[in-house]
Amino acid sequence: MIGAAFFTNGPVQVALIIGGGAALVSAVVGVFTVLRGQSFAGHALADISSAGGSAALLFGIRPLAGFLAMAALGAGGMEAIGARQIRERDLVTGIVLGAGLGVTALLLYLDMTTTSASGAANTVMFGSMFAIAPATIPLALGVGLLALAMTAALYRPLLLIAIDPDLAAIRGIDPRLIGLAHLLVLAIAVALSAMTIGAILSTALLIGPAAASLRLATRPGTAILIAVAIGLSATWGGIALAYDSFYWTPGHGWPVSVFVVMIVLAAYLAAGPLGSALARRRMARS
Amino acid sequence: MFSGFMINTWIAASIVAATAGLVGFFVVVRGASFAAHALPLSTFPGAAAAAWLGINEIAGLVAFAGLGVIGIDALSRRGRPEVATALTLVMLLGLGTLFLSRTTTYAQEVYGLLFGQVLGIGAADIAPIALVSAAAAGSVLLLFRPLLLSAVSRDLAQARGAAPARTDLAFLVILAMASAVALPVVGALLVFSLMVGPAAAARNLTDRAGLAIALSVALSLLTVWAAIALSYLTNWPVGFFVGVFGALAYGLGRAALHLRRPRRAMA
Repeated sequence: MIGAAFFTNGPVQVALIIGGGAALVSAVVGVFTVLRGQSFAGHALADISSAGGSAALLFGIRPLAGFLAMAALGAGGMEAIGARQIRERDLVTGIVLGAGLGVTALLLYLDMTTTSASGAANTVMFGSMFAIAPATIPLALGVGLLALAMTAALYRPLLLIAIDPDLAAIRGIDPRLIGLAHLLVLAIAVALSAMTIGAILSTALLIGPAAASLRLATRPGTAILIAVAIGLSATWGGIALAYDSFYWTPGHGWPVSVFVVMIVLAAYLAAGPLGSALARRRMARS
Repeated sequence: MFSGFMINTWIAASIVAATAGLVGFFVVVRGASFAAHALPLSTFPGAAAAAWLGINEIAGLVAFAGLGVIGIDALSRRGRPEVATALTLVMLLGLGTLFLSRTTTYAQEVYGLLFGQVLGIGAADIAPIALVSAAAAGSVLLLFRPLLLSAVSRDLAQARGAAPARTDLAFLVILAMASAVALPVVGALLVFSLMVGPAAAARNLTDRAGLAIALSVALSLLTVWAAIALSYLTNWPVGFFVGVFGALAYGLGRAALHLRRPRRAMA
């Protein structure tokens, strides 16, 4: 079904490279995000980044730069208003998210009325995997590497705060500093995947692989590796299936994000029984 | 602004705003912002499916809101609730993307469904909107005590014989109904802003539940009326005004709290 044309096709190559980078960073950051119970913040940052994506269309700058700038701004905003209690934190996240989406609404309206981008809402909210400019690759890989390097440098404190905040405090780890670092890495991850599979669907790559891997692995390092494997298979598999779907229904193919979401969900559902079976075997051996 | 074709919008908007203000109070006290954001967004493909199958839009929305509730409930039985919410959201949105790619004529309406439109309501929509809203509001009043009690203390609710898990599910259903009817006016992405903003402001203004609900409903009505009027005049999307007013209301509420109880607010 997939011939040599798949790998020599320009837009497909760009999608494979940037999509793979987005999946990799999202999976790594996702593990910390799920462990800390920050799924809503991750989803909210992705939604807020859509304001940047729509501003980029309006002002003719590179979409990734727009997504990144707005996600970072959102992260800063959430940290600035900051709240200790989880309930209050969700409320603040919601308020910042509402304001950000309001701005997106206006920018998209201006996109559609002042420029010729009539499909702006679709592009920004549901992604444009096959329409990424090749010139975006260096910036995408650069910020992706930056996010991975930050995560590697802060690996232990990030993990400790996620698993046991009290112990982290005793060890002298500053929760606000680590929290801000986590939000910034999160912002990079969601900006990358917002550009590829869309602002409102990037949550699939962030939460899905991580949640599935945490059902299987008992060690954080293993969890990260499994999450990366799931994320990459979902993205690359999704690209291959979307490419192939042009032949299923002549005229128009199926969206990449549909396949990515389906593969991620299948992995999460399969991880449940598989995880219990693994746990039983571990119990039997010990 | 009040001519014939706008009357439907004003009536529908007032109904959904009052319901959102009432339900929103419980969203805030129960800390359910993520579910309140995820359910309307999961409901959005319902409109695409309805257009595709040629059935009533409100019926499609209510059906997908139901799927959202089932998804969140089923997935959170065996995992973290916020992961369940996130995965249900992307699952239904993925379906929505698929529906949208099937119908080309529908693409123009995506924007209106996501961010709201003043002309999205026809005369035939008023009756179902009123019916579903009444069901949502009636359920809130019927379950008033358990909803509030399990928000304050799950142990206490359990001790009183009210099963918190069942109350959680009932609340999701109420939230789904309120989301489905608010969606065509305010837009899928900003329905939750209408629920969270006014209610959060009201909670900061008073400690009494009854008064807070009344304030929340009043602020929600004001937000929607102002948003529709401004949207009509400027042609800008309803969602923009709802999102910004929601944040503004919350900010004013925080400021009022600061003035009212300077010492406790500092702590």
